Amino acid sequence: MDNIKADKDLDCLGLYCPVPIMKTAQLIKTMNSGEVLEITADDIGILKDMPAWAKTTGNEFLGSNTEGDVHKVYVRKK
Amino acid sequence: MADKMTLILFSGEMDKALACFTLATTAAAMGFEVTIFFTFWGLNVLKKGGISTGKKNFLQKMFWFLNKGTKEKLPLTKFNFAGAGPEMMKMLMKQKKMASLPDMMASAREMKVKYIACTTSCGVMGVDRTDLIDEVDEMAGAATYLAEAKGANVNLFI
Repeated sequence: MDNIKADKDLDCLGLYCPVPIMKTAQLIKTMNSGEVLEITADDIGILKDMPAWAKTTGNEFLGSNTEGDVHKVYVRKK
Repeated sequence: MADKMTLILFSGEMDKALACFTLATTAAAMGFEVTIFFTFWGLNVLKKGGISTGKKNFLQKMFWFLNKGTKEKLPLTKFNFAGAGPEMMKMLMKQKKMASLPDMMASAREMKVKYIACTTSCGVMGVDRTDLIDEVDEMAGAATYLAEAKGANVNLFI
């Protein structure tokens, strides 16, 4: 997952479910198709919630990167 | 067609309302069309609070006086301690940067979550449309709810 280049970043550190999902849904609306969003979060639920959200909304979940308690997850806009 | 979720919020406690709005806002963010049907104690979440402008008989006046509560001020299901519990819970949630109930309700409206207030409960309790917040989309009954729920994939009662 080190080679993913994000077009936009979303800082969700310190935020709990459902706020990171809501922020992601809002921000991705402003992006163009094919662009990648990087979400940084420390709520471990994001590792399950983001793929579930992406699958339901038709966006592509690209994967995640975890360092300590910080998780970076990547989504490509459909 | 978009996925659809309906929730019945029957309860008037902060913890249950939080559960309701966590699911409503998440579903809306997942592209669901969401409707919440507020009935009985759940109507408190929609109340403006303060002095009612609606017509009430004596029992309804008593009920209005005893059944206090707005989205800013609701009890907890457990550990209420005469109102100290919810205040501690709100402090904890603030410390942990969690969204409060009014915050979540604002997000829900931004994402077009629909509110229906139960007219039967309103009638029994003497709650008028003017006693409820402006965001309420419809005043309706069980048939309206069921017509919405019939076409929905997820239906929950809280």
